[in-house]
Amino acid sequence: MAASVKDSPNDISSNGKDTDGQWSLWEVFTQPGKGAPHEHAGSVHATDAEHALQNARDVYARRGEAVSIWVVPADVIVASAPGDAGPFFDPGNDKAYRHPQFYKVPRGVRVF
Amino acid sequence: MMVQQTTPEAAVSGVTTAAELNVAGTRGPSFGEPIVEYLLRLGDDRLILGHRLSEWCGHGPILEEDIALANIALDLVGASSMLLGLAGELEGKDRDADALAFFREGVQYRNALIVELPRGDFGFTIMRQFLFDAYSVVTLDALASCGHAGLAAIAAKSLKEDKYHLRHSSEWVVRLGDGTEESHNRVQASLNELWRYTGELFERDTIDEAVAAVGITLDRDALHAKWESIVNDVLQRATLTIPEKTVMASGGRRGRHTEHLGHLLSVMQSVARAHPGATW
Amino acid sequence: MTQPTTVTADESALVAAFEARIAAGESIEPKDWMPERYRRQLIRMMSQHAHSEIVGMLPEGNWITRAPSLRRKMSLIAKVQDEAGHGLYIYCGTETLGVDRHELVEQLLDGRAKYSSIFNYPTLSWADMGVIGWFVDGAAIVNQTILAKASYGPYARAMVRICKEENFHKRQGYEICATLANGTPAQREMLQDAVNRFWWPSLMMFGPSDTDSPNSAELLKWRVKRKTNDELRQRFINLTVPQAAAIGVTLPDPDLKFNAETNNWDFGEIDWDEFFQVIGGNGPCNRERIAARQQAQDEGEWVRAAATAHASKQHRTVQAA
Ligand SMILES: [Fe+2]
Ligand SMILES: [Fe+2]
Ligand SMILES: [Fe+2]
Repeated sequence: MAASVKDSPNDISSNGKDTDGQWSLWEVFTQPGKGAPHEHAGSVHATDAEHALQNARDVYARRGEAVSIWVVPADVIVASAPGDAGPFFDPGNDKAYRHPQFYKVPRGVRVF
Repeated sequence: MMVQQTTPEAAVSGVTTAAELNVAGTRGPSFGEPIVEYLLRLGDDRLILGHRLSEWCGHGPILEEDIALANIALDLVGASSMLLGLAGELEGKDRDADALAFFREGVQYRNALIVELPRGDFGFTIMRQFLFDAYSVVTLDALASCGHAGLAAIAAKSLKEDKYHLRHSSEWVVRLGDGTEESHNRVQASLNELWRYTGELFERDTIDEAVAAVGITLDRDALHAKWESIVNDVLQRATLTIPEKTVMASGGRRGRHTEHLGHLLSVMQSVARAHPGATW
Repeated sequence: MTQPTTVTADESALVAAFEARIAAGESIEPKDWMPERYRRQLIRMMSQHAHSEIVGMLPEGNWITRAPSLRRKMSLIAKVQDEAGHGLYIYCGTETLGVDRHELVEQLLDGRAKYSSIFNYPTLSWADMGVIGWFVDGAAIVNQTILAKASYGPYARAMVRICKEENFHKRQGYEICATLANGTPAQREMLQDAVNRFWWPSLMMFGPSDTDSPNSAELLKWRVKRKTNDELRQRFINLTVPQAAAIGVTLPDPDLKFNAETNNWDFGEIDWDEFFQVIGGNGPCNRERIAARQQAQDEGEWVRAAATAHASKQHRTVQAA
């Protein structure tokens, strides 16, 4: 029930025109089990954090799909651009020394 | 802000005696063992309220809320199914939850009047839900540790669900009360209309006394105080005011209902009653 | 928002690269470059699908208060609620294409956007709840299983989530039918009558034959669609005929017979005049369906406005503090 500073990502009511009450968009991330990472599940509309959380719970955890939920105002997510895909990610592909298979271990020794 | 004690003493606290019952009206047909009657009260509250909520399905103010109301309706009907099932078992007349839900007359229903009122606008639905949720949470919390194992198990399960219902309805009451001028006025009007149905939730009569024999001993005054504190807190956040000097309505627990229940049942029971003995 | 600003020079090269990605089975994501027509076709298809889920709540919602047992009441509420969820998932997917949900809802209410023709038929008995789950959700599964491999990522992912839930819908529907089929003579009659009313409209759900559908080739090329309307319809019929036989109901088509050469069930002529009448707004319940949605929208306005006003009050309070 915490009303936090980041409650209302776009102050939609202040522009006065949107009387039909289009609520802003929140991205929903659910954690399917304890210890698992949160994954993007979809989005919901809400005017504040508490309602975004409740809506996410009712929409994306109806069948016990989640043990934890994050909601994030959609407009604060920063994403890499598709055009950056080459420069961003290709350099990671040829750094074999980052992977354990790069290193030789004497025969018969169990490292782990 | 304090809740004013606006209710007639007899209806809210203290044991309601048989003589007083006769003043308020007669009593509908009874169901033998007090525990059966007691379970019907709990079960019927949830069945009728769940039914009213389910009327919103497809008609909610926004898609997210349509889904939320359906969730609450499902929890309530689910709880009623367990409570009526247990009532039927203890009654020992070979009636299951469906037989009790679909083949009892209005005067045999034991729900509080507040749950049978028509759904009204969204503000009315939410305010009713909030007043009921707060009552349900404090009641189930006490029942979850009562001496009747069957009922305690059901109460413990439902309590988890109802805590979420209360969170949901409280948050809406605050948003509607402290939203726009229109929403404030609407939801204040709903509160004014609903308030006189809240006294019945904390009545105590001979059934409540009798179930002490099977381990159910609720301190209604203590529950009422807890309820008041939840209600005061949320209504204050919502900038809403409790109406003064209300005469409390009563009768549901004895089968003396508003006219609305008959219409609700005639819809709810229509298919089942058109085909007696059929399996669905 | 979907088009990077640098793009003007050679659109055809971009289209070629885009089509190559699709041909390679890659999925297209919201911020990727896409032809404007692809975006428009997707918005049209996805919003139609979302509207169908939402309007589709009404015919079944009509029987929630009359469900004849507590178990059926709960399944039906859960089922209709899922449809609201499906609408919501798909609207959210559509919003990634740069269009707001309330804009889409306006298009539905003012008649610019279409929804599935099937939901313009009335639900007249409890058996309709069984037959809709069996036929209509059955048809939706056939359609949506394929759409789960559509080229647009957010649409495909919404379909994966939806397909998991649709299986419950179909099974609960078929279970209702099987129960009625084993019931009293009145229940069996109720069931057969519902089958008679919903069979042909269910076949129409897949849309007219692709030879009459101008967009089909392009949609197939871009993997917005994966199979033709006729292929999907045939698949649905092939699946449904044995299910009908298993519970002893008759599908109302004298021409229905197995074709050993094609391994398909051949079927009779579909009344496309009826289909176009219903799509054109003259079905039995078009007006009621839109009126119900309009009413929900209108009566909900003060509620939505209240939440918005409350949030901005809180926002101001926090900023002032
Ligand atoms: Fe669906
Ligand atoms: Fe669907
Ligand atoms: Fe469905």
